Amino acid sequence: MKKETWKELTIGTINLEAGNSVKNLTGTWRSGHKPEFIEEHCIQCFFCWLYCPHFAILVEDGEVKGINYDYCTGCGMCAEECPSKEKSIVMVKEEVKLAEGGTE
Amino acid sequence: MSTLKTLNGNQTIAEAVRQVDPDVMAAYPITPSTAIVETIAKFKADGLISGEFVCPESEHSAMSVCIGAASAGGRVMTATASQGLALMWEMLYIAAGLRLPIVAGIANRALSAPINIHGDHSDTMGARDAGWIQIYSENCQEAYDNFIQAFRIAEHLDVRTPVLVGLDGFIISHSMEVVQVEGDEKIKDFVGEYQSVYPLLDTSRKITVGPLDFTDYYFEHKRNQMAGIENAPGVIQQVGKEYGEKFGRYYGFFEEYRMEDAETCIVVMSSAAGTCKDAIDELRNEGKKIGLLKPRIFRPFPAKEIALALKGTRAVAVLDRSACPGAFGAPLFTEIRNALYDYDPRPKVVNYVYGLGGRDIKVEHFKDVAEKLDKIAETGKVEEIYGYLNLRE
Ligand code: SF4
Ligand code: SF4
Repeated sequence: MKKETWKELTIGTINLEAGNSVKNLTGTWRSGHKPEFIEEHCIQCFFCWLYCPHFAILVEDGEVKGINYDYCTGCGMCAEECPSKEKSIVMVKEEVKLAEGGTE
Repeated sequence: MSTLKTLNGNQTIAEAVRQVDPDVMAAYPITPSTAIVETIAKFKADGLISGEFVCPESEHSAMSVCIGAASAGGRVMTATASQGLALMWEMLYIAAGLRLPIVAGIANRALSAPINIHGDHSDTMGARDAGWIQIYSENCQEAYDNFIQAFRIAEHLDVRTPVLVGLDGFIISHSMEVVQVEGDEKIKDFVGEYQSVYPLLDTSRKITVGPLDFTDYYFEHKRNQMAGIENAPGVIQQVGKEYGEKFGRYYGFFEEYRMEDAETCIVVMSSAAGTCKDAIDELRNEGKKIGLLKPRIFRPFPAKEIALALKGTRAVAVLDRSACPGAFGAPLFTEIRNALYDYDPRPKVVNYVYGLGGRDIKVEHFKDVAEKLDKIAETGKVEEIYGYLNLRE
């Protein structure tokens, strides 16, 4: 996305585009670790969904289905809070670095 | 109808507020600006103003209310002084960053420690980089005239920047003067209808005010903010001229007093300029070619205009009613000396700090300065760039 020059910006820091934070791919902040979802262990308690600060837990038809890596920053909270007997989310090493830059 | 009223500085500000009748007035009383807030509260209780009057728990909250109300789309004012302005500190920057045209009356007062309730410019000079337009007043009449013009300047669509109007604590805030108060309708007409820009109360448009910026946008937004205050000079002049045409009192960036053939000049703002005029008259009677330049607008600083007014003189003394610990001179001095740097020939410029904590400055002190200026003009040599007036050494 082309970034505006200072002359093109709306005055007073006002953002006229409601909901444009979806364009902010916070997943690019992730470095080193990412959560991995293990569906067989999951008890569908939704703790991960509740705790995730980036709404990065994928939910389909009322069930936790995985992670949206576009927004997951790899903070590890979901894995920490997951209460199932055998962890349904574990943090794994991630070698691949995503693209530079914080916004789309 | 235009009438002559006996008012003190605080009452003139309150009178101007009654006439403009902003949508929201939020303030916390603090000496020496208390009477502004008190009088507004009385006007509200007596049904003389229709706007909301809010008295929150602190000045920080008062400025926060102003920011909220201005973002919502209202015309907003406040008043404070000294520690109150200092407590508003972080919110001052936010008001300017959000380009909210808030107008504030400041009864200039010293900052603690030691605690002191009297007049000096430490409070507003401390806020000089907050992004606000700063206007200083010599007397009650100017405080009234400046406060009314402040709304037009702040709210101009090219400017949209908060404005503070300074009046010296006690010396002006508490001194009675005969003030020409213009008719209510004429003032309402001069100030005009308030035009809000992206008001939050317009629910048909969903916007965000003051979102988080990262390294990729903060710089551009700050530069965008500065454009507002950069556009102010033309508007300040236009509004000052229009005010003069309507009410007979014209205003510009500064006042020149007996500067026509001046070889030396004293630069001083606010109430002390009145005393300085008496000193200049006496010195002129003695045949001295001396004049006064009284800055009215400190932010945005009219560098070029002031330099042009001073460049022909031989020696200039800039008098500051605030100190700038550790800096190379006090605020007004550094601006003026800097402004003159590109001119050749240029006068020698020296700095005197005076009047901290309300210490008197009298005709004799200005005469002492004049004598020092004479010596500098004669010899072309400056012995001391920086000094103090009426201080026990
Ligand atoms: S690692 Fe953090 S950001 Fe990613 S899904 Fe888990 S809680 Fe959300
Ligand atoms: S916290 Fe663990 S068990 Fe609960 S829904 Fe999320 S992944 Fe499943």
